[in-house]
Amino acid sequence: MSEFNYDLIIIGAGPGGYVSAIRATQLGMKVAVIEKDSPGGVCLNWGCIPSKSLISQAQKFTYLKDLENMGIKTDTSGFNYESVYKKSRLAATKLSKGVEFLLKKNNIELIKGTAKISEKTTVTVDENKQYTAKNILIATGSRPKLIPGLEFDEEGILSSTGALSLKTLPESMAIIGAGAIGAEFAYILSSFGVQVHLIEMLDTILPLEDKDVSDILAKAFKKNKIKIYTSTKAGISQKLNAGYKVKLEADGKSDMIEVEKILVAVGRAPNSEDLGLEELGIKTDRGFIETGDYYETSVPGIYAIGDVINTPLLAHVASKEGEIAVEYIAGKGHEKRIDPTLIPGAVYTEPQIASFGYTEAKAKEAGYPVKIYSFPYRGAGKAVAVEEPEGLVKLVCHEETHEILGAHIAGKDATELIHELLLARKAELLPEDIATMIHAHPTLSEAVMEAARGILGEAIHI
Amino acid sequence: MAEKLFMIALSPTMEQGTIHKWHIKEGDKFSTGDILCDVETDKTTMEYEAPDDAVLLKIIVQAGGQASVGQTIAIYGENDDEITDLLNEIKQENEGGSETKEADKKDTDKEDTARDMKETQPESDTGVSESDSGNRIIASPLARRIADEKGIDLRSIKGSGPKGRIVKRDVETFKPPVQTSVTSNLTVSNEDVIIPLSDKRTIIAKRLGESKYSAPHFYLTLKADMTRLMEARSRFNDAHPENKTSLNAWIMKLSAEALKKHPEVNASWNKNSILRFAHADMGLAVAQKDGLITPLVKAVELKKVSQVDEELKVLIDKAKNNKLTPEEYTGATFTISNLGAWGIEEFTAIINPPGSAILALGAIQKTPVVINDQIVIRPMMSMTLSCDHRVIDGATGADFMKTLKSYMEDPALALT
Repeated sequence: MSEFNYDLIIIGAGPGGYVSAIRATQLGMKVAVIEKDSPGGVCLNWGCIPSKSLISQAQKFTYLKDLENMGIKTDTSGFNYESVYKKSRLAATKLSKGVEFLLKKNNIELIKGTAKISEKTTVTVDENKQYTAKNILIATGSRPKLIPGLEFDEEGILSSTGALSLKTLPESMAIIGAGAIGAEFAYILSSFGVQVHLIEMLDTILPLEDKDVSDILAKAFKKNKIKIYTSTKAGISQKLNAGYKVKLEADGKSDMIEVEKILVAVGRAPNSEDLGLEELGIKTDRGFIETGDYYETSVPGIYAIGDVINTPLLAHVASKEGEIAVEYIAGKGHEKRIDPTLIPGAVYTEPQIASFGYTEAKAKEAGYPVKIYSFPYRGAGKAVAVEEPEGLVKLVCHEETHEILGAHIAGKDATELIHELLLARKAELLPEDIATMIHAHPTLSEAVMEAARGILGEAIHI
Repeated sequence: MAEKLFMIALSPTMEQGTIHKWHIKEGDKFSTGDILCDVETDKTTMEYEAPDDAVLLKIIVQAGGQASVGQTIAIYGENDDEITDLLNEIKQENEGGSETKEADKKDTDKEDTARDMKETQPESDTGVSESDSGNRIIASPLARRIADEKGIDLRSIKGSGPKGRIVKRDVETFKPPVQTSVTSNLTVSNEDVIIPLSDKRTIIAKRLGESKYSAPHFYLTLKADMTRLMEARSRFNDAHPENKTSLNAWIMKLSAEALKKHPEVNASWNKNSILRFAHADMGLAVAQKDGLITPLVKAVELKKVSQVDEELKVLIDKAKNNKLTPEEYTGATFTISNLGAWGIEEFTAIINPPGSAILALGAIQKTPVVINDQIVIRPMMSMTLSCDHRVIDGATGADFMKTLKSYMEDPALALT
């Protein structure tokens, strides 16, 4: 007879929480998950999933031009964006229900309500019911960060949540922040014909990616009439009847644009308030919960993973962190923390961006002698045949050992192609192994093979 | 359910051991108390008794392999038990080439050891990496390349990757194997030779280093006229030809008697106090082919010389064969070291903890001495007492030596 209600209580049923819950049950633990909204978290409900649905539909919309080129006459007068929106909600609901089903199937108690950790082994829900557990896992995620002066009203000034909730399209949109989220919305909106102004404080869009790769996206965006402003700060100068006058400041100079709505996508803030952390002595740093090996917090027995800790804010990172913590709790821990160079990043614009490890700049900064090779998509027959020649596969390798330090892909299906290279790094394979492996022809993967060959000085189709 | 069999601390100071020989093989059943294997430590060879009735499922550390206390040496359980999970765990635990030695494991409780294993990285076994069928070494291409560049033989690296694969980290943290140059009889070698440290050497270095550096040593020397003692021993041995006694037994007995008179010398520095031992447990330094060990005879002050000698004979034999148990070589309150047989005239020894003094004996030499203003020849033996000044002051030590000398020169006095 356990003195606790559960072996593990998880706060949050997002990709961090629900994956941890299921893994924990697989390892024999009795688990409860507390969720105040829909299961699936931001990822399923207001993030990854609905945005991918919008992106897919946006891409289909862009095929209109190709159809016209075939002599098909198209009539977009009946275009109804709300149906696009509805489809994205359908995807979200379906998957959210799917998570609920998975939890039930695994005998995981799903408790609806707002959780607060009242004691080291007690969680209080809605200030009312109490549940005890030997271990607690905090997976409360994050929310869109706001800029003072540009607070979200989700009408005129939108966060990503508001953008996903649009039922009609504005004429124009200023997107402040050109990270993955800003870039993806830029793609979606511009594909549907919205005039997009993409504004970024740093000197390039997708500032975290390798420069060569973000340049490809910038080029594609410009081609699609997205206006890009880098090294630029934005602020509302005036609220108009139907929109805003936005002041853009760059390099001491300023400019003015008029837009109907503004999307602020400058990052996400951790949801660590009102959890009772301070009273328990759980240390935080600028809101992020501090964790050590196995993602244990400063209080033993309490763990934190996902967006609420200061690791890359990605769903797959949350899931993996949760697994590591849970396996440690079950006594099967071996991996202490995720190797950050093995985390793939993906941006689902068209062309797509995918990468892991060191960018060229960061590798040099770290002092590695590097060997770089970039193979352009247009060197791969498939890319040309399907009219998607814009892209490249870039390998950053150690000059002497050829260790794959990082890989960066821009182009169609980049987010799938990246995995061949990621596996190579994880298994310590070398470019030689990829270069000498037969890749089917014609595929985009041949560009990956050629990039590897390029490191050896043996690329053929260039 | 399959369980791990850990290398346990078969003696208080044991930190690692070498599996000398497995007495059973994979698939064999065993019962509690059966000897599973012989484990060689720094001091001696000991038998590892089975903790349970079970079947030996897998040997992790083979004969000849080394394991730190707490490291898994085998897996046991029931015949059908699934062991892949445990095998994976063990591979992860033996992360390649880690140089961090585990803290002295006094705790042989399996649960604690299992938990410790999660936190610490045991010193890696630098034995041969597991290979697939045949002689193929499993290593990642990157690891192979780096090993190639560094001139490291992959066969000497243990892999920490999946299924024992050698990965980059294993190669990068690998310490090169010892270089031994082959010296021919005909040519002179100019190469210095590196001898790897045996466990015994490591422990001797550690303990004696600690002793010398913690105890402020000072030395008192005098010479004793061994005429009467040698005569007494001679007469006894002649009368008991089947039970001849060694000189060391007599000296040990007389020293114990002297300690009875000077209990301050039979003591130990106890950080906040001084511990005075109840008995004179006398250690005798015995040379072994690869080191040195100090078997002890307990409560010598209560025993007769013949009994002391009998015990010493057994102990010395065991010592020479590495068969001493920890109780037999740990805890001497006073130690005697005799290098007389080597012709050493006089020397100073390093105190053997927990004692605070050690008596170093030189060779008995016919020496001209002055008695009643005449020069006569006497068999003189140099005795040097090393003292721990935290416990024993000069006068105290000197008093003891005075008493001891008097007993050595006139053994009958020890009866008073």
